Amino acid sequence: MTEAVFAPWDDPTEKPLIRFKSVTKRFGDFTAIDDLTLDIFEQEFFALLGPSGCGKTTLMRMLAGFESPTSGVIELAGEDIAPIPPNKRAVNMMFQSYALFPHLSVYENIAFGLRRAKMPKADLETRVAEMLKLTRLEKFARRKPHQISGGQRQRVALARSLAKAPKLLLLDEPLGALDAKLRQATQFELMDIQEKTGTTFVIVTHDQEEAMTVASRVAVMDEGRVMQVATPEHIYEAPSSLYVADFIGDVNIIDGQANAKGDGTFEISWHEGQAPLHATSKRAFTDGQSCHLALRPEKVSIHSEKPDQIDNAVPGKILDIAYLGNLSTYHVEIPGGKVMKAQVANTRRVSRRSFTWEDDVWLSWTNTAGVLLDQ
Amino acid sequence: MQRFVLIAVPYVWLLALFLVPFVIVFKISLSDIALAIPPYTPTLKDGFATFLAGLDFENFVFLTSDDLYWKAYLSSLQIAVLSTAFTLCVAYPIAYGMARAPEEWRPTLMMLVILPFWTSFLIRVYAWMGILSQEGFLNQFLLWSGLINDPLTILNTNAAVYIGIVYTYLPFMILPIYAALDRLDGSLIEAAEDLGCSRFQAFWLVTIPLSKNGIIAGCFLVFIPALGEFVIPSLLGGSQTLMIGKVLWEEFFNNRDWPVASAVAVILLLILIIPIVLFQRNQQKQAEEEL
Repeated sequence: MTEAVFAPWDDPTEKPLIRFKSVTKRFGDFTAIDDLTLDIFEQEFFALLGPSGCGKTTLMRMLAGFESPTSGVIELAGEDIAPIPPNKRAVNMMFQSYALFPHLSVYENIAFGLRRAKMPKADLETRVAEMLKLTRLEKFARRKPHQISGGQRQRVALARSLAKAPKLLLLDEPLGALDAKLRQATQFELMDIQEKTGTTFVIVTHDQEEAMTVASRVAVMDEGRVMQVATPEHIYEAPSSLYVADFIGDVNIIDGQANAKGDGTFEISWHEGQAPLHATSKRAFTDGQSCHLALRPEKVSIHSEKPDQIDNAVPGKILDIAYLGNLSTYHVEIPGGKVMKAQVANTRRVSRRSFTWEDDVWLSWTNTAGVLLDQ
Repeated sequence: MQRFVLIAVPYVWLLALFLVPFVIVFKISLSDIALAIPPYTPTLKDGFATFLAGLDFENFVFLTSDDLYWKAYLSSLQIAVLSTAFTLCVAYPIAYGMARAPEEWRPTLMMLVILPFWTSFLIRVYAWMGILSQEGFLNQFLLWSGLINDPLTILNTNAAVYIGIVYTYLPFMILPIYAALDRLDGSLIEAAEDLGCSRFQAFWLVTIPLSKNGIIAGCFLVFIPALGEFVIPSLLGGSQTLMIGKVLWEEFFNNRDWPVASAVAVILLLILIIPIVLFQRNQQKQAEEEL
């Protein structure tokens, strides 16, 4: 039995929960969002990823209702949300600063939205207890926000925004204030809660690792535009542009000219006197068109002798070795002065490492290892 | 040793300028009126034993027998409470507007609130006489605009006293409220709206409770001096304006009855101690919360 893969974005009959239709937002002369079109589906964990100032927070604030688009339409479940004020939207937000009410206890913070919705007392108590249990805060219900730790505050903020069972939950850099260990644990907790509640989550983050870990799909943004929307694997393995390839993870870029060799294989001449490289690509290139080969460091192997029967081999000299514990990254200077990174798992003890500084080595990779990009 | 000297300075200061005068006033309040210089007996010149024997609580008993005094205390309380409430109503919107104003405007707005302190308090109260009198600016303006046909009598009434107190003590109310609102995180209001509050509900449920400490501090800072206020009621108020500060002045300078005047002052101080202690506790609680 095969489990159905969750991929509503591939199903043309599926109706998206949120639709951005050529949305533009300007603040004076500054264009924060530039003619953006985007669909987000029900039960997705959708990440908006980008450097600060790329418009991801503006996008989220438009969903919450704190900003309205200069032009274009935002639909939630098929309905234009422009005329609906924030307090009437079935959308809740978890703020970056958590924005917990300092004068109210943890319990009252979580109950705040329910009280506004005039929920009967018995139902309210059950719901708050449920939320406290979900976020493991039962013991802290009577405390004030300043009497609990950062991680607990983060969970109160989450419980408060989930209490009203919104159609859509917005998370603005939810883990930014936590330290690395706690952040990792919380990421999995978030995924767990998202799965349990079945709520659609939209998370804003500048941390690519976080986006890759939690999200079902990631939108990489730059200067108010969406550069690519895809699953984390797809974004990493098949970035659509140099910007995305460079933004997500580490990457080696080799510039050259492409020449078609048939079967979707291209020959890339990249440096005089060096054998051309080969790569397969679904993208078409005209002969002589300039192209960029993007290679992840972990897909590049390192050898002391020139390897036989390998698609691509490039000579070089080790400049630097970054020891990361489980991995080592070799910085290898190749002809033309470019430095390439090759990542190798440290299966042996460091004292028995085969390569050291100033060694002449060969780098190799297969035709399918890299992605050939035109921009 | 050094630390002791450092702490001693303010204590000596308080002792010399508060406790010693208070003991003197208290002593006079236990004395009897006399046609002499100073105008009371006994004094320490009579010898310590006779001096002690001559002291009694007669003046305090007298204060209860004449209803002028408790009426004056009550009327002062009423004027102080009401004018504190009025000041709060005027100050809160101003402080709120200041806290919401663009960052670059705030120092200027703050300056404008403090600016009146650059002129003498007395001159400012006299200026109000010019504004509120029968032929004053206010009446002239209202007559000119056709809103009224006969000039209003405002000066020398309680209304003028309220106006004077609200005007004078407004900055003391604005500044603590502004300080509280300025610290308020804007995302709290957004969070409240996000969770289903209307603008007004967000204001009532979040802004007001979070500026509570500023409101309490401001109210005490207005109420305490307003209760013993003397200059404003005597310059702007009329003959029917009964305030304990005025009674005190009249006892001292018109009747030259220092012992009764001192007794009035001692009682006033006792009344004031209650709000002062409450104010201190509020400040302390606030400091503890911020830890």
